[in-house]
Amino acid sequence: MTTQYSLAELMICAASTAFDNDGEVLATGIGVIPRLAATLSMSTKNPDLMMTDSEAYLLSEPNPIGARGDDFIQRNETWMGFSRIFDNVWSRKRHAMIGPTQIDQFGQSNISALGGDYDKPKIQMLGVRGLPGNSISHANSFFVPSHNKRVFVANECDVVCSIGYNPDRLPKGYQLDDVDIRLVITDICVMDWQGPNHQLRLVSVHPGVSVEEVIEKTGFSIHVDDNTPTTVAPTAEQLAVIAKFDPHNIRAKQLKDNPPGIRAVVATEDL
Amino acid sequence: MNKLKTAAEMVAQLSDGMTIGIGGWGPRRKPMALIREILRSDLKDLTIVAYGGADVGMLCAAGKVKKLIFAFVSLDFIPLEPFFRKAREQGELELMEIDEGMLLLGLRAAAWGCPYIPTQVGLGTDVIKHNPDIKVIDSPYDEKEWLAMPAIKLDAALVHVDHADERGVCQISAPDHHMDDWFVRAAKKSYVSCDELVTSDHFNSPEASRQVFWERSLTTAVCHIPGGAHPTSCAPFNGIDNKHLLHYNKCAKEGGFSAYSDEFISNKTEQEYQELLGGLAAIRAIPQTTY
Repeated sequence: MTTQYSLAELMICAASTAFDNDGEVLATGIGVIPRLAATLSMSTKNPDLMMTDSEAYLLSEPNPIGARGDDFIQRNETWMGFSRIFDNVWSRKRHAMIGPTQIDQFGQSNISALGGDYDKPKIQMLGVRGLPGNSISHANSFFVPSHNKRVFVANECDVVCSIGYNPDRLPKGYQLDDVDIRLVITDICVMDWQGPNHQLRLVSVHPGVSVEEVIEKTGFSIHVDDNTPTTVAPTAEQLAVIAKFDPHNIRAKQLKDNPPGIRAVVATEDL
Repeated sequence: MNKLKTAAEMVAQLSDGMTIGIGGWGPRRKPMALIREILRSDLKDLTIVAYGGADVGMLCAAGKVKKLIFAFVSLDFIPLEPFFRKAREQGELELMEIDEGMLLLGLRAAAWGCPYIPTQVGLGTDVIKHNPDIKVIDSPYDEKEWLAMPAIKLDAALVHVDHADERGVCQISAPDHHMDDWFVRAAKKSYVSCDELVTSDHFNSPEASRQVFWERSLTTAVCHIPGGAHPTSCAPFNGIDNKHLLHYNKCAKEGGFSAYSDEFISNKTEQEYQELLGGLAAIRAIPQTTY
């Protein structure tokens, strides 16, 4: 019997593995899928994780996403306003998962601006936000809802917001190993930065996706081991936990057309 | 000491070219009534320091901003601030774009009278490439290099709180007081708008006095403007007015900021502004966001 699951649910489960061996750190998942990934890990494999209410309190149990009933009691543990988040960041006891607009071959990322002219960008986005501090202070993972060459760019990011494995930018007294970039979860695969010299490495492909497709959609060369496995399917228990913490099924709105986890076989002439 | 002033009297104390810090965070607890008062004034060439939202967007759109010291500008559920975006894409702004934590350290350095605070934040990124004024230095204690985050000294801080008394005791009972205390401590003068003006015995309650994050000696003046954070949130009174921000965002595409300003700000008092929104009761009925 095959369990039915969506691609969003597959990505949540794959992303949750990023936090499973973290121990007692603050897991910050920005966006619905990363947040549910952290929630799933905290609810199953790693109960020592810490999460916030995305506003000002640290919780001993994650909040469900979206409107909650009037009788809902938030499981506050301590106050965790934004100024204190930086105390946590600089204590290094954190693992953030965010979705950058650009990621380059060094694991550097960009959410600031696009285009070659910094003084007059083609597209102004958010600004560097907390990425410089996050990237040099604690573990970070990336979430990419649409794997393509506009995200995985051929050259350096237009604005390098986060430190990565770039020897030319390494500060004095630092080693590349001081940078801790963990998983990259996309809509077609899971990757990490454990290839030779921290090259981006393919860890698994989602059901129905070929290794060639991943190579084709990435703007720089990646490391591929022999026999790349298929991303592990969600279990019934995992799907139940996800449904419990996302009772309004907001996860179904995160990827265009909410595709199934097992991709339909595409006729070869369409490729 | 009675520190009560009107918003206009406060803005009259600001001058061209000043460095002004704005409290709050994105669409949360911004001193928007004071921002609207600045928009109605002749003030120009300001350096604005903020965890930015519509406050920054409006000031940019009105041509008030010479330089912006920031980590982000966002309306949260509308991720990109439309008028900030426009100003940047037209190449109009001088920038100091830094990490959120660096901004906090810069305010702390100013508050503590230090020229800089060393940090590793920003190293290895374009923050040091695009801000040649921010120096990277050697440490007397280790072999590493450190980013020397300079003090961000403010001529004035503008913040909005929920309760204050006329002596300048200010309470923020919202879940987060953000960096408002550091903006106030980094500034020569601090101007506070409050939703509710209370008598000093309000603070006899230990709960209330625990929510006072700076001493009244740091508050220069207080003005009483119920609903003064609109369209941003001010718990426990009102949530973020997402509907209003959608309209604001739409103006960026059709009509421009002048259409928004003509509708809500220029030649209008704060009372007239609130009447356009259905009055204070309607503002206070806006629910808090569930995250």
